[in-house]
Amino acid sequence: MLLEVRDLHVEFHTREGVAKAVNGVDYSVDAGETLAVLGESGSGKSVTAQAVMGILDVPPGRISQGEILFQGQDLLKLKEDERRKIRGAKMAMVFQDALSSLNPVLSVGDQLGEMFQVHKGMSRKDSKAKAVELMDRVRIPAAKERVGQYPHQFSGGMRQRIMIAMALALEPELIIADEPTTALDVTVQAQVMDLLAELQRELNMGLILITHDLGVVADVADKIAVMYAGRIVEHAPVHEIYKAPAHPYTRGLLDSIPRLDQKGQELYAIKGLPPNLLAIPPGCAFNPRCPMAQDVCRTDVPPLYDVTESPVKRSSACHFWKECLHG
Amino acid sequence: MPDQPEPLESYEEGRAIAPTGAGGASDLATAEGETLEQSPSAASGGRAPGGPLGTGTDKKPRSLWSDAWRDLRRNPIFIISSLVILFLVVISIWPQLIASGDPLDCDLSKAQEGSQPGHPFGFNGQGCDVYTRTVYGARTSVTVGVLATLGVAVLGSILGGLAGFFGGAWDGVLSRITDVFFAIPVVLGGLVLLSVVTSSTVWPVIGFMVLLGWPQLSRIARGSVITAKQNDYVQAARALGASNSRMMLRHITPNAIAPVIVVATIALGTYIALEATLSYLGVGLKPPTVSWGIDISSASQYIRNAPHMLLWPAGALAITVLAFIMLGDAVRDALDPKLR
Repeated sequence: MLLEVRDLHVEFHTREGVAKAVNGVDYSVDAGETLAVLGESGSGKSVTAQAVMGILDVPPGRISQGEILFQGQDLLKLKEDERRKIRGAKMAMVFQDALSSLNPVLSVGDQLGEMFQVHKGMSRKDSKAKAVELMDRVRIPAAKERVGQYPHQFSGGMRQRIMIAMALALEPELIIADEPTTALDVTVQAQVMDLLAELQRELNMGLILITHDLGVVADVADKIAVMYAGRIVEHAPVHEIYKAPAHPYTRGLLDSIPRLDQKGQELYAIKGLPPNLLAIPPGCAFNPRCPMAQDVCRTDVPPLYDVTESPVKRSSACHFWKECLHG
Repeated sequence: MPDQPEPLESYEEGRAIAPTGAGGASDLATAEGETLEQSPSAASGGRAPGGPLGTGTDKKPRSLWSDAWRDLRRNPIFIISSLVILFLVVISIWPQLIASGDPLDCDLSKAQEGSQPGHPFGFNGQGCDVYTRTVYGARTSVTVGVLATLGVAVLGSILGGLAGFFGGAWDGVLSRITDVFFAIPVVLGGLVLLSVVTSSTVWPVIGFMVLLGWPQLSRIARGSVITAKQNDYVQAARALGASNSRMMLRHITPNAIAPVIVVATIALGTYIALEATLSYLGVGLKPPTVSWGIDISSASQYIRNAPHMLLWPAGALAITVLAFIMLGDAVRDALDPKLR
């Protein structure tokens, strides 16, 4: 297994109290595999990714429990400069907004080349040549002429491709893409996702795709982890989940996708708001919003049940997964 | 609130020293700095106005700095102030170029005499040529201004920048230390500290200015480093394996330095004024050093009999201070993309 996150807990110490952002997340990615992490804002999907990358702001953040095994090695036990050598070289991250994630005062060539200077100790000149090569690889036209240009001179899609090029520069084994297409036009979204998926196949990388866009997920992911209030509530291969969700939250998410045949009708939305992380409801965190909630949901935290009826391995954190599965 | 830039607070503290005289000008500098600091895009971007790529004739890559330079070249205020400053620098290095006399060559028999051929500005109370002394006084003023500003900028931005970057306990300690320094009135502090100094060189005065001036710059630097640090690209650089020093030097410094430059430029003018103030009060530079402050001080008693003795050095001082403040203002405008 390339990456295995085991029972990860992350909390943030704020003035109002301790916000439990991640409460026991387990997931794993193998080489060449794509895991999509789905969830609303504040569900802990980005915080988990930051913990894996080691770029969590500490303090106020704190990893209170858990293991992050990367190629069998627990990253949380490494020293900061050992982790730094892994970041960028063996695991890299693509950020949501490429404009703000690129330094406005450095040319893109400088920023791409920086990867080679930091990790490989290359000279400026050699790293510039590498930068051109990378820009070609992510299909930026006239890479040689544009290598000296600044981020604001590129279109949104091209900037995101430059971010991808930066993440891929050293051919890492794992890429974490944090909502890589959210800031882009729909037409460009597909191009960027295709590029990411293609390069992933080519380099046989593991990919963690963090998103709240179910449309993006269906095409590229192998398996899906749905997060809610810092926990994984459903974990399943992508087609299984679309066919029959085993958690009412996942069902709500799928029902929220606008469909063409719904024209003129009101769009479906899950009632209520995501829970306040300072005061997560007792029992199942989703119970105040759940249409299927019973008394047991308000008192007992559901464990991650194996969905035994499924031919492939999948799990759901719902007391009534059977009822949900059969709709 | 250790992690927040404190623009409002520092504005008020800047103001607290205003009533003491020379501090009024540094208040201006603080206020100017805030304008920049409050627009994070000033430091980080202003990319928006950059024209569409490859379409125009302008194919050169443009950055914040090249955009700023383009703006500056067209700004008459910048051109005038930098010509004045260039002239000042030249005559402070080579005063002989325009003044052939010796500023210490005085003839008491000509004391307080007005303008006459060869001596366009007349003579002062000791019978020295006012023109020559005014020209030679530029050297002291420029030296004090430039060195004090350099010292303040280097010390202040390093301490403030590190505090902003690392935060935590060091930031807390540094912020409280700057509070203590902000509480010292500049002129009163000068009267107390410099009155015990016997050296007649410029160094004690410069040292005093650095000692009392660095907190202002450190606060600006701290604030803009905190703003720059929160940018996604710093996080991105970290995620791609950049070390602390690389993040600071390559990603934060170029995006955080603009407010520091602006405040330092404006502060340069105020240090020149402060040197004159201290010399006027008799605790700054001392004769035989030639300084506008000393000349203004000694001429002030005779303002009704021989106003020329006061007006020439005072005019030179006013123009110099104005030139630096105008330069700082122009640089601030050029670095603020919202004004483009």
